[in-house]
Amino acid sequence: MRSLIVIMMGAVLVNNYVLSQFLGICSFLGVSKKQDQATGMSLAVIFVMLLATAVTWPIQTFLLDPNKLGYLQTIVFILVIAALVQLVEIVMKRYTPALHTALGVYLPLITTNCAVLGVAIDNIDASYTFLESMVNSLGCGLGYFLAMVLFSGVRSRMEDAKPPKSFEGLPLTLIAAAIVSVSFFGFAGIIENLFG
Amino acid sequence: MNPVLLAAISVGIIGLICAVMLAVASKIIAVKEDETFLRLRECLPGANCGACGYAGCDGYAHALREGGVKPNLCVPGGDTAATKISQLLGVEFEDVVEQVAFVRCNGDCNNTSDKMEYHGIQSCKAAKLFFGGSGKCTYGCLGLGDCASVCPNDAICIKDGLARVNPRLCVGCGLCAKECPNGLIAVLPDTVKVIVRCRNTDKGGATRQECSVGCIGCKKCEKECPAGAITVNTNLAFVDYTKCTNCGHCQEVCPSGCIFIGNFSGAHKAK
Repeated sequence: MRSLIVIMMGAVLVNNYVLSQFLGICSFLGVSKKQDQATGMSLAVIFVMLLATAVTWPIQTFLLDPNKLGYLQTIVFILVIAALVQLVEIVMKRYTPALHTALGVYLPLITTNCAVLGVAIDNIDASYTFLESMVNSLGCGLGYFLAMVLFSGVRSRMEDAKPPKSFEGLPLTLIAAAIVSVSFFGFAGIIENLFG
Repeated sequence: MNPVLLAAISVGIIGLICAVMLAVASKIIAVKEDETFLRLRECLPGANCGACGYAGCDGYAHALREGGVKPNLCVPGGDTAATKISQLLGVEFEDVVEQVAFVRCNGDCNNTSDKMEYHGIQSCKAAKLFFGGSGKCTYGCLGLGDCASVCPNDAICIKDGLARVNPRLCVGCGLCAKECPNGLIAVLPDTVKVIVRCRNTDKGGATRQECSVGCIGCKKCEKECPAGAITVNTNLAFVDYTKCTNCGHCQEVCPSGCIFIGNFSGAHKAK
């Protein structure tokens, strides 16, 4: 139980996927303009991360490792995750139209998101058990959610600011992202001190 | 076995399984989109302006399919959309009252001046909170373009500090009217020709000091109007469009020149 909490906290705060490991930056910068969009995207990411881990962990453990095909990890994971998200979208459209309208736009965006693939591969590299992998994925998803919502707040404040012409748009967004990222480094070492 | 062959075969098999799964799923649980809804949706312009009273074009199309809704509610689509919809649903065609937005202020930088320099947030709503805006007249156009930024058709431009509507581009959705903090924009049927371009309710002398083309409430138009369509209330002239005959006499007698005569009918069809 204790180790699960450590993994969870670590994934959300210390090793935040977006702000500390710089994975999923493309969607982080692209969809963080409005808070409701950022929330929708993040919920979809949490969902897909959990789903991807639930499928890729058994594939690695029971299919690739026994046959000494570990080097095929990346390509197989991409293939499986992409197909799975497509399948989920089709099923969702049929059986839960409300959920599809809420998450539908973001699902195809996530199919080959590096954060999702990153979680799947990280779980294997850290040789987590299945339960630990799932907790880690949930933590990473929540960390993404936290980063997105925080940053959408920052961006909505920047809308009202009047920056110099050459900083307008993406340059200012990147600088803001860097500052938010630096603030997250304040969490480094917090886990060792709390649970160590 | 050759390791390259082994890798290729295993990835190929996984890919094949995924492909078959997707193909089967898309056949078995595909959603049948409602054909009537799709065709109705195609008739509508897709501006999602909400002038019909529904949440966007999809909402109106849904309501139309359910029935009991008039087919002439889409102002941007005009008669073209209404004709197509009524043909599709097999109901009687009803004419759409095309509407155009009017800015009821003529205080550009030649006619009025500023009482201060404003360097705050560049939005009319924010400027309005700061001593009623930077202009001398607190009723007039703030000129920061909140209306222009919501216009789905780029029909509004700010020139010389005053919002101006291009009636050829305006579809009459009324989004700008909701946005203006001074309530300057009126969305009226395009048959209307007489517009009082002022909303200042100060007394005549005060209005004069603020703006050279403001309504001073002299009641000349009220007295002279042959149809009795104009009333002056709170130092401001109002036109009753049910009585107005578009004769244009009020414009001739108005000493400050705040009454405007235009012709917008058919601007929609000219598109």
